[in-house]
Amino acid sequence: MLYFSKLKLATIYFIILLLSFFSVLNFSDFDNTFLGKKKVNLGLDLQGGTYLLLEVDSAPMIEQKLQNKLLLLRKELKNKKIKYENLKLINNTIKFKISQNQIEDFKEFFLNKENSFNLYFSQYRSFEMNHELINGLIVIEYSKYGIIEIKNSTLEDSLEIVRRRIDEVGTNEPTVIKRGNDRILIELPGLSDPNRIKKLLGKTANLSFRIVTDQVDDFGSEVLFFEDGVTKLNVNKRVVMSGDNLDNAIPSFNNQNNETIVSFSLDRVGAKRFARITTNNIGKRLAIILDNKIVSAPQIREPILGGNGQISGNFTFQSATDLAVLLRSGALPAPLNIIEERTVGPDLGEDSIKAGIISLIIGFLLIIFYMIFKYKLFGIIADISLIINLILLLGVLTIFEATLTLPGIAGIILTVGMAVDANVLIFERIKEEMKTEKSNIHAFDIGYKKAQSAIIDANITTLISAIILFFLGSGPVKGFAVTLGVGILTTLFSAYFLARHLTSIFVMKRKDKEINI
Amino acid sequence: MNLNIKKNIEFTHFYKKLNLLSLILIVFSVLFLLFKGLNLGVDFKGGTLIEIRTNNSAISISEIRQSFMKMNLGDVTVKKFGKENDFLVKIETIKSDDPNFIKSINDKLSADTGSEINFRRVENVGPKVSNELLKDGLLAIILSLAAMLFYIWIRFEWQFSLGAIIAIIHDVILTIGIFSILSYEINLSIVAAILTIVGYSMNDTVVIFDRIRENLKKYPKNPISTISNTSTNETLSRTLITSVTTLLALISIYIFGGEILKGFSFAMIVGVLVGTYSSIFVATPILNYTNVSSKSILKEDDNNTV
Repeated sequence: MLYFSKLKLATIYFIILLLSFFSVLNFSDFDNTFLGKKKVNLGLDLQGGTYLLLEVDSAPMIEQKLQNKLLLLRKELKNKKIKYENLKLINNTIKFKISQNQIEDFKEFFLNKENSFNLYFSQYRSFEMNHELINGLIVIEYSKYGIIEIKNSTLEDSLEIVRRRIDEVGTNEPTVIKRGNDRILIELPGLSDPNRIKKLLGKTANLSFRIVTDQVDDFGSEVLFFEDGVTKLNVNKRVVMSGDNLDNAIPSFNNQNNETIVSFSLDRVGAKRFARITTNNIGKRLAIILDNKIVSAPQIREPILGGNGQISGNFTFQSATDLAVLLRSGALPAPLNIIEERTVGPDLGEDSIKAGIISLIIGFLLIIFYMIFKYKLFGIIADISLIINLILLLGVLTIFEATLTLPGIAGIILTVGMAVDANVLIFERIKEEMKTEKSNIHAFDIGYKKAQSAIIDANITTLISAIILFFLGSGPVKGFAVTLGVGILTTLFSAYFLARHLTSIFVMKRKDKEINI
Repeated sequence: MNLNIKKNIEFTHFYKKLNLLSLILIVFSVLFLLFKGLNLGVDFKGGTLIEIRTNNSAISISEIRQSFMKMNLGDVTVKKFGKENDFLVKIETIKSDDPNFIKSINDKLSADTGSEINFRRVENVGPKVSNELLKDGLLAIILSLAAMLFYIWIRFEWQFSLGAIIAIIHDVILTIGIFSILSYEINLSIVAAILTIVGYSMNDTVVIFDRIRENLKKYPKNPISTISNTSTNETLSRTLITSVTTLLALISIYIFGGEILKGFSFAMIVGVLVGTYSSIFVATPILNYTNVSSKSILKEDDNNTV
């Protein structure tokens, strides 16, 4: 165990040098096109920032899709000459009655893998919708996979809009990723006041233009409120134009009355339609509605032909900017709920880094002195391998560009505490062997050999904990699992290769003299 | 601290008494867990947590409490948190639908105390997420126990598995029990600490077991009680030294690592102490009680070679 081939030694020290190089990268501004700018990232809890978990509420989407299905079904049944009665949408199911002898016809249509009404997903071996026969009533609802498909596509679309909105606000290196099939995880480093982002994400931003009318009738019109929740207007249910036709929107200033406004321009289709509407409805009021609330309802004084318009409504510059952002980025397909929010201010992050580093240094020094006190010269060997171990650990974290969190720093300190264990196991074993063995070399050799199985068993158990924690833990805790797990591997390396080599140099020199551990 | 203790302690003498003590402590812990329960943090219970720093040390905790009372937010607890001007507020209700919720709290608090209030940290966890985090946390602990059991079952005999797993469960129950008794908060980092304790306790136990197995092969005629006693003595200084270095690291985190890591390092300190104790006085006695002998080891070796 004390003999190392030249090749082995070269490999060991090459690995140490390589990892040391990477760990030094964190403290320099070295930038290389080949290596890039590798660095350990600081977690949100250390650099400050906001973490948001959003859930897409796909229930309205499912209801709307089912509504469309209902219309389509009506058409299809007519085409297939299947007579139906009482076709209705109840509790997210489509229900209707058909005569007994046409049930087979319906099944033939409904369960045909080529039909366009009920799609067949070959990857799931399932239809988009299920049907059931209850007392001669046919009940259709989305199948499990139909719902999954809707959720997936809603999530994809929402993700895109969320990205656009966050990019518009221009925070520093945001992360926006999917979680499961209905969640979006957002990390915004450096953002300590998420209020504005939360407001922007809290709006679906469904823009519609509808005509204000005096005729009160439940089918054709409804009463909508302004933002203030007090003023209300009776508006036509028909949407004359929606936000889809919007080309651009910017906050601007009306020089005539010193008011902040949002100017928008429409695409060609939108411009044509807007021209027609404004021509036909001169004198009437046009309500501009965002998420079922009236933003403003100006009177149409003259036809607007150029496809440009403006929205006024007691805006501050900030709120006008935000509305422009919402309009530019488009409407979310479904409402988003913030189900988890964690914000750390920059000063707390700084304090945490300081506290982490101080406790690391103190813990480290305590252990170093303790090892020297216990094992004298061999304590120094253990300490050298401990220092190298830390450098290696940092190097590995740098290569993977891992994220360092506060629990992650705790993991490093804990690694320091437990890393000496491998050397303790070996030294204690050697001590025992020296009682019976005459030759130093022999005692050391056997000591290393016999300690091996205990070291491996002991470290694998901790590694198991770290791996489970990595997969089930979230956020900062994951950072702990990473440093703990990587720490175990570098510990084994430094104890088994580096410390062993240093020990062997020493023992070979003092072959025949007395050695005190 | 001199850890070069004379290495012929008769551990077996203490087994009965200490096992009884462990049993009493476990019953005590379980009773506390059942009747007092755990102080679950926002991670697992849902709600809002705000770490506040005031820039005026004249602002008292009761002023902050009163301000929150006026806001009518339901159950709110305010306590000091580390430094003079730092407070930790926990609000049980969540208003995730109102993006201005946090801001309005800050505005009202600033107005009531007449000074600018800095929110250093805000955590807002909805009921759905907190349920999932709790489920995942429990799953992680159970999985790690199962993984340990499996690993030790492959490497050792069933008696060893039994001993190790009982020792780990002993450690976890006592650690959680202490958190229940002291009403310390359980959050995500405590779960991480418990998992690490599971790994550490196992680590400690395995080193002794490893030696017992080795000695069983070396001295096949000796009864297990002698063998476990010798093995515990032989590995004692390693057990203690490693506990000391780990504790040095943890105490350093506890004292200097800031308020956020206090709970985590406290749990770990308890876990390391209990874990060290249990590998000597819980895991090893079980080998005696189940009558492990050199035969069971050799049988296993035969099985492995076939």
